[in-house]
Amino acid sequence: MTAILAVTEQRDGALRKVSREAVWAARQLADQLGATVDALVLGAPGVDVAAADLGAAGADRVLVAADAAFARYAPDGYAATVAERAKAGGYAAVIVSATATGKDLAPRIAARLDVPLASDVTALGAEGGKVTASRPVYAGKAIQRVVFEAPQGVVSLRPNTYVVGSAGKAGAVESVAAASVPARVTVREVKASEQGALDVAEAEVVISGGRGLKGPEHFHLVEELAKAFGNAAVGASRAVVDAGWRPHAEQVGQTGKTVSPTLYVALGISGAIQHLAGMRTAKVIVAINKDKDAPIFKAADYGIVGDLFEVLPKLTEEVRKAKAG
Amino acid sequence: MASRFDGVDFYDVASLLSEDERAVQATVRQWVDEKLLPVINRHYVEGTFPKELIPEMAQLGFLGANLPEQYGCAGLGNVAYGLIMQELERGDSGIRSFASVQGGLVMYPIFAFGSEEQKRRWLPKLASGELIGCFGLTEPDFGSNPGGMITTARETGGGWVLNGAKMWITNGSMAGVAIIWAKTGAVDDARSIRGFIVPTDTPGFTAKDQKGKLSLRASDTSELVLQDVTVGKDALLPASQGLKSPLMCLTQARYGIAWGVVGAAMACYDEALRYGKQRVMFGRPIAGFQLQQQRLADMLTEITKAQLLVLQLGRMKDAGTMTPEQVSLAKRNNVDMACECAREARRLLGANGILVEYAAMRHLVNLESVYTYEGTHDMHTLILGEAVTGLSAFE
Amino acid sequence: MKIAVCIKRVPDTETRIRIAADGVSADEAGVKFILNPYDEFAVEEALQRKEKAGAGEVVVIALGPDAAQETMRTALAMGADRGVLLRADAIPADVLAVAKALAAELKDGGYDLVLFGKIAADDCAQAVGPMTAELLGLPCVTAVSKLELDGGKGVAHREIEGGVEVVEFALPAVLTADKGLNTPRYPALKGIMAAKKKPVEVKPVTFAAPRLRVAALEMPPARKEGRIVGEGPDAVPELVRLLREEAKVL
Repeated sequence: MTAILAVTEQRDGALRKVSREAVWAARQLADQLGATVDALVLGAPGVDVAAADLGAAGADRVLVAADAAFARYAPDGYAATVAERAKAGGYAAVIVSATATGKDLAPRIAARLDVPLASDVTALGAEGGKVTASRPVYAGKAIQRVVFEAPQGVVSLRPNTYVVGSAGKAGAVESVAAASVPARVTVREVKASEQGALDVAEAEVVISGGRGLKGPEHFHLVEELAKAFGNAAVGASRAVVDAGWRPHAEQVGQTGKTVSPTLYVALGISGAIQHLAGMRTAKVIVAINKDKDAPIFKAADYGIVGDLFEVLPKLTEEVRKAKAG
Repeated sequence: MASRFDGVDFYDVASLLSEDERAVQATVRQWVDEKLLPVINRHYVEGTFPKELIPEMAQLGFLGANLPEQYGCAGLGNVAYGLIMQELERGDSGIRSFASVQGGLVMYPIFAFGSEEQKRRWLPKLASGELIGCFGLTEPDFGSNPGGMITTARETGGGWVLNGAKMWITNGSMAGVAIIWAKTGAVDDARSIRGFIVPTDTPGFTAKDQKGKLSLRASDTSELVLQDVTVGKDALLPASQGLKSPLMCLTQARYGIAWGVVGAAMACYDEALRYGKQRVMFGRPIAGFQLQQQRLADMLTEITKAQLLVLQLGRMKDAGTMTPEQVSLAKRNNVDMACECAREARRLLGANGILVEYAAMRHLVNLESVYTYEGTHDMHTLILGEAVTGLSAFE
Repeated sequence: MKIAVCIKRVPDTETRIRIAADGVSADEAGVKFILNPYDEFAVEEALQRKEKAGAGEVVVIALGPDAAQETMRTALAMGADRGVLLRADAIPADVLAVAKALAAELKDGGYDLVLFGKIAADDCAQAVGPMTAELLGLPCVTAVSKLELDGGKGVAHREIEGGVEVVEFALPAVLTADKGLNTPRYPALKGIMAAKKKPVEVKPVTFAAPRLRVAALEMPPARKEGRIVGEGPDAVPELVRLLREEAKVL
């Protein structure tokens, strides 16, 4: 029987939300192929296996590779362990989340297995027993559909593209060996960023500011709206990052991050093509801009034409009320 | 406004350029987008030249770019030089004027009429931007007729003493050195005109900003006064001989202008096109209305013709066959068409077109100066008239 | 220091993409091609490292069609010493094949450092760098936004969600460059003239049968027409109502 391997991701011993998305995507694919799903957890001994969660997301088995060196991301050890497991298990597909870690890990796994890779995939499918994947290319200006012409392939899956349901699988926990390979690179420490833990690439809500804010000193208005939402990250247009108002980590667009949040709010962003490329896959887009002809309104589901400095405080207040109510 | 410039190239003129010419254009284009355009409006409104940009312009090789490498220059061909002017003027005519004067009117005469020692002494500093130069030919009462100048240079035992006044001198106040044209013989003897390299800190040399300009506001324009300015023998450009020497310099500068103004026109067309597609009136983009389409079609047609005109002019300059009259034709045609493009773009932009946020009106008023300087439109008409009839209408 | 920079020719990032008649690739007619933006950071880093070391060589390696030579000249104009073009008319979607060709070229090159851009603006695979490292058996750090090298050791910063990983490694190593690592220089005009004289070696490469087949290239689904809710702060309550009741995102 074929199987799909979903590689989960943990930080500080806790599974990250994307793990369930990877397992759920594996489950959807497995159901089309008549396959089973194994979820692989890599971490230090004592890592939260979250078997119930992963089972609910669709894992038939949860394989745990525990190693003291796996407390933080260990590129060589992780890649070797996944590759060994993938070889031994004969998986049709290995699914990794296209996070900062996963984007680093997936190519290493593919190279070690000598199998093809499809990066940053937004949809998986099966066609005549072969795995297919859709992936945004040209920074989202086009979608490429690829077919794996190999018995095994690696996929990295863009966060926020699968809405996880309930599969009610067993999620039976088994231990597997961590590969013992020398670490060529070592993550010495992880510094938390000043912006807090929520990253634009993963947040469910992204509130982005552009030149319309007129200066870095007004970005607190954006931050306050993000706070009102609670689950929002602050993003920025390329213009304001280039001007040094905001850090590059917040940049949304072709030379920044590509995001697919549930809600994207563009504040004072005109909507250059390279910005649109980075956020067009958001489920709902709201734009607020003083220029009614700004291209951002063409991309937006809802727009308000007006002065940010008048509209924004009011919006923050209303969102706060809505959240409280 | 916010978006990057992608060029205006309806006839794929880029395919007629060499790989290095395209690369030069790409560098200057990117520099203008990233460094000049973000600051030009402020300087324009305040009436200041963006001096802070000079070191990088020099380091990238924009100054005297078509002069040889042995003097610290980039050693480019004349088409690449023209493309530099085109991209700079897409930013602002004042910045192109600065580069034109430094390269075509200061470095070129030293290169063409100077001794080897003068070239080695002055050119590398002018190429590196360490030293800024200006060109003193025009006088308060002698604009289109420079041969009538009354500035004089009298030989003394140790050198020369210069007396006179020069007007409308680009870079005048910030220059460290001036190329001064003066009569060494009788005031009615235009053949006695010679060029001098005059450090501006020489006693008796003063430069004063010309106030009240409504055009070329991001450019330094000055009046120079020379009162008993004493320089050594080594100040004379030995190979300069008569009025034809400064006129040769003007041919260099006019060549750059013919290229440059195409850039200003391209900026106006690009802005008008973007605006027209975005601006909605009567429920649809104004670019969909026939009257605006005619504006755009006319601009594109004239720009395309001008692009091909200067390209061939550049190829002839590289081949050594270009004549001053051919430069006159290109200067006359291209400046005029750029003025028209800027005006039509300004009008297409409606009320927004009078704001500094949009470039059209800035280009429009700049181009009025360009229309007048380096040989007025009318003078070039008469030069062409003389060239084809053999009959001078002004002498 | 001997440094290799692997670069790619890609369509200008502001280009509108049109699907070619074959239905699986982008139409290249009228498209301007540039040096991949992230590769500029890699080239700049290599040049700064060489300048700091006071000696060494920066070799740019590209895999692509003949036209990639013009792209390579951009890197040479910035200051790289020579180029190697691994000539292939089409770049396979199976990027591991690309990594194999690059690894074969790099293997005996004696490089202290091999640099890539973090991501290519066309295929967005973000994979060739780490794949090449694996094939060469070299340490690899991806998406480097800060780098310190001291003797044979290095420390790199890479951005992760909500933080920065500080990664240690030994040379020789493969790194992929992120924005923020440096500010790429403009190719100066003298550099452009000098680049004309720099050597570019052209070596044809061939690939095994593709194991990842592109079945289609399509435009992304058009978003449904949005609407202007209103003007000014008075429109806010209606927007919030729509977000809650219609879009169900609040």
